[in-house]
Amino acid sequence: MDFLNGITLIANYIIIPGLTYGSQLALGALGITIIYSVLRFSNFAHGEFMSFGAMSAILLSWLFISSGITLHPLPTAIIVLPIAIVLTISYCIIIDKFIFKFYRKQNSKSVINLIVSIGVMFFTGGLIRFIIGPGDRNFFDGERFILNARTFKNITGLNEGLTLKTTQGITIVLSILIVILLFWFLNKTKTGKSMRAYSDNKELALLSGINPEKVVLITWIITGTLACIAGTLYGLDKSYKPFTYLHLVLPIFSAAIVGGVGNPVGAIIGGFVIAFSELIITFAYKKIFFYFLPETFLPDGLLQILSTDYKIAVSFMMLVLVLLIKPTGIYKGKVIE
Amino acid sequence: MYLLSGEKITCGYGAIDIVSNCNIGVSKGKISSVVGPNGAGKSTAMKALFGLLPIKHGKVILDGEDITNLPPQQRVLKGMGFVPQTNNIFPSLTVQENLEMGAFIDQNNINTMLEYVYDLFPVLKDKKSQDAGELSGGQRQQVAVGRALMTKPKVLMLDEPSAGVSPIIMESLFTKIKEIANQGTSILMVEQNAKQALKISDLGFVLSQGKNLFTDNGNSLLANKEVRKAFLGG
Repeated sequence: MDFLNGITLIANYIIIPGLTYGSQLALGALGITIIYSVLRFSNFAHGEFMSFGAMSAILLSWLFISSGITLHPLPTAIIVLPIAIVLTISYCIIIDKFIFKFYRKQNSKSVINLIVSIGVMFFTGGLIRFIIGPGDRNFFDGERFILNARTFKNITGLNEGLTLKTTQGITIVLSILIVILLFWFLNKTKTGKSMRAYSDNKELALLSGINPEKVVLITWIITGTLACIAGTLYGLDKSYKPFTYLHLVLPIFSAAIVGGVGNPVGAIIGGFVIAFSELIITFAYKKIFFYFLPETFLPDGLLQILSTDYKIAVSFMMLVLVLLIKPTGIYKGKVIE
Repeated sequence: MYLLSGEKITCGYGAIDIVSNCNIGVSKGKISSVVGPNGAGKSTAMKALFGLLPIKHGKVILDGEDITNLPPQQRVLKGMGFVPQTNNIFPSLTVQENLEMGAFIDQNNINTMLEYVYDLFPVLKDKKSQDAGELSGGQRQQVAVGRALMTKPKVLMLDEPSAGVSPIIMESLFTKIKEIANQGTSILMVEQNAKQALKISDLGFVLSQGKNLFTDNGNSLLANKEVRKAFLGG
């Protein structure tokens, strides 16, 4: 019984949140990796693109709720997601047309583009706070839990509860769908293959008659879609606050680099590696040892390696470790210049 | 009468002319080789013929049509194929995907051409789901040639096809090139290994410092004392 209680505790506090947070990071890291492999720069504005997507979903949710359209028990954000995606894509394309294109035409170095993307990041952040304000927004409506702690305890008779929030369920299911769709697109369609070809060898792609402008457009469409979904899911799960997306850039970049930049599979693995290491290092293990150790062996402290305030530091440490030991990441990726 | 020819072309990078007043050409179903010492402008002339480099003077004629100002993609549609010397495959795409990319702008004959390429290079058929970057040098070269063949070109241009492959592989690659030519595709290639290249060539162009030095059929050039002494090592 103690053993099961311990396992439940781990599932509840590490596995389910890790899978959820990992999926959100993976979707974000995919966006970074795709921009990096096609356009050859690190896009620091990606966190703000996610924020833009979440903001669009919130504004549209309010509009839909006020006109009485909801999707109970699912959150309204799910219905408005397609429209929010279109808005985010349009924003990405406009930014590309007016800003990134200028530097692409000049064949600017990757570091110049990186700095430009930081500018875009600040601009977008400002625009978002101008539109929706800097405050916390909770836009989750509908049924809160798929499985709540009390029901679980009643069914199993365990001391520890296992909860599965609706947002966690949605995040995991939607992420799996998106990833399958993305891989199908990249590996099976002519356009997807041409995108990979362009990322592999730009000159040869041009010789083969692949239209670079079209590849760039598709790249932004995919990036915008991923950013909007990742941002909305993160916001639904944790409540939306513009500044948190500024901080999200670090774990997302860590995920992309840890997994191997330019490699979509790596981005997904990296997302989960970062998510789980953040949770594992900042979790207080006292309660778990309570079930696994005899009482006399129990220490007094919380058995927490780092306080949760240092979450961000964990992803930073992972990033530094990977860059020191294996700069190409888990899956052989490119080394960021 | 040449199928593809560069007539009195002058080109180069910036103000410097690498190739000046050069004539290069290939007839239908024949093989022409451009040979010469390092820095003779062989590869530059090749790039100019394919439109990868602007031409300052002279004309490029394909099948009687002036294509001097056509961009490379358009030339592919007109029936030209080009295999660059380096970076001539998509390493993270599978062999089959590499070939499909070759047919990106002209999907009409994709299935017949896939079969044709697999017949020509049977080893590629066995490895068609493998990433091209994992193949050996010789196999990569086959992928590169296969990719360029996918649009069913009238003229196939090869920039140093034997660069970086072992002599045995080179031998078989040249046999394949001969085979491609016998089936009606003209071949225009630049080669470092002048002896082997001239052996299979119907026409050879010896360039030096960007100018035509000798133009003759392959065997005559091989027999030519001056050419032997200067470029073929005696």
